[in-house]
Amino acid sequence: MENNNPQFIPISKIVEEAQDIKTFYFEHSLNSKPGQFIMLWVPEHDQKPFSIAYDDGKSFGLTFFKRGPTTTKLFDMKVGERVGIEGPFGTSFSRKPDTHYIMVAGGYGAAPLGFLAESLLSPPAGGGDARRAEGVGVDFCVGARNKDLVLFKNRIEKIPNTKLHIATDDGSEGHKGYITDILSNLIDSAEKKVLVVTCGPELMEKKILNICNEKNTDCEISIERYMKCGVGICGQCAVDPIGICMCKEGPVVKRELANKITEFGKYHRDKSGKIIYF
Amino acid sequence: MSKLKTRFLDKEFKNPIVLASGILGLTAASMNNAVNNGCGGVTVKSVSKDARPGHPNPTMTGTDHYFINAVGLSNPSVAEGIKEFAKFKEMTNAPLVGSIFAGTPDEFAEVTEIICQSPIDFLEVNVSCPNVSKEFGTPFAYDTKAVEVITKKVKEKSTVPVIIKLTPQAWNVAEIAKVAEDAGADAICAGNTISGMAIDIRARKPVLHNKQGGVSGPALFPVALKAVYDIYKTVKIPIIGTGGITTGEDAIAMVMAGASLLGVGSAVYYRGQDVFEKINNEMTEFMKKENINSLEEIRGIAHK
Repeated sequence: MENNNPQFIPISKIVEEAQDIKTFYFEHSLNSKPGQFIMLWVPEHDQKPFSIAYDDGKSFGLTFFKRGPTTTKLFDMKVGERVGIEGPFGTSFSRKPDTHYIMVAGGYGAAPLGFLAESLLSPPAGGGDARRAEGVGVDFCVGARNKDLVLFKNRIEKIPNTKLHIATDDGSEGHKGYITDILSNLIDSAEKKVLVVTCGPELMEKKILNICNEKNTDCEISIERYMKCGVGICGQCAVDPIGICMCKEGPVVKRELANKITEFGKYHRDKSGKIIYF
Repeated sequence: MSKLKTRFLDKEFKNPIVLASGILGLTAASMNNAVNNGCGGVTVKSVSKDARPGHPNPTMTGTDHYFINAVGLSNPSVAEGIKEFAKFKEMTNAPLVGSIFAGTPDEFAEVTEIICQSPIDFLEVNVSCPNVSKEFGTPFAYDTKAVEVITKKVKEKSTVPVIIKLTPQAWNVAEIAKVAEDAGADAICAGNTISGMAIDIRARKPVLHNKQGGVSGPALFPVALKAVYDIYKTVKIPIIGTGGITTGEDAIAMVMAGASLLGVGSAVYYRGQDVFEKINNEMTEFMKKENINSLEEIRGIAHK
């Protein structure tokens, strides 16, 4: 049977990351792996999946963009108030020694990828496995609309063996243009076996998948679909044409599996189940 | 698995397990996976005239003893839904049960006309969802007159056999099944989830956003079993026994009460996506041990 492990726990700390972006911390041993998600319940509002931004084994953090009614309500909440947490659920990014990771984050995607980089290179910040991965280096690429929306710059800069690359749409910081523009060069110049990992807007992820296919480079992608149960019962997050549920067999999928999901980068389904094209 | 072969109305099922409506039934690919995991047939998630987003989350939660949901009949509309049903039939020839709901008898007729343009083999009429009473009032399945009218309206328009899905929560479910039979129903599904609630004691609030939800899983099994037993006594048309079937033993008991097909849904939560195969294997194993050659031999045997 599924163990939802439901908790109703107080917010222990709130950190403002940027305008309309906050991280909420909870003193609870979640024991999650980077890329996994929890279902967060704000009573009388909604319950939604969120990927985990921090987990040091003793506490964990979730980073929110103020976007809809649920996150708006969350932004009004204070330290000590409680919310429901179920999980962790789903698959995680691979932990591989002697590998050059190229992490490509768009928007909120910097949160789970920051957690991944920490888990590989600066434990115990990365929770779970408290050993540092041997022979790992990271190119950490962040894309954002402008420099104010670049998440976790200070956080990433503190991680050893990690080089930060930034791209902004308006050129206010780093490369002007898409973060995917610099990916090919990074793959070509890596001296070790490369693993590309990505979390961000789907069309960005799709571009990355295409590049990795062209270069025959391993990659792992976090795919977001509308979720209801989170445990593979309702079928809301089933993807075409293979019908697997992204809450169980995702959100993180390897390149081979991503290539079988033909709807990836084309369409997703809304809460009613209607197909919505990107 | 030949011991499990089941004839239901005009169709042959490789086994009596049918994916129950509302579980993994949104997309063709997802339903096809259920077939690959051992379902003899599948029922789609109920569709309506217009698209519905359903209730906000939490829409479902489970414990060792029960599962409870209030999804609120989310669906992309019958017009969108039938595209998926057609895709399903391109993937497999397993029998497909369409499922509809509506707010009025005339709307049931309207949705029937549209869904019958798709390659469904049967049409299940959901008159018993417990989770939308704020919108639609008391479920039709409590009311003999409503069931009679809806059955007639749907029968007039349907091009495939019609299954009326009732609720074991109606004290007179057997009488209502008889009314459906007399109004022309080809089969009865018994039945839906029953109304219940879960409270998070730390949050001090109902867990489900809708507060009330439909109880399924092991807790529902004896209730559904009794409904099937009672209905079998009053009607001649076949019954789909649905509610809490989690093991092969549950499945056999349901057949002994009189069921022809067996709806399985929440069991996925308890035993994984291959639960259908597991139940089939357990049924076959039991039949071998007890020298039972076909389900026909034991159907309704608990009445003798």
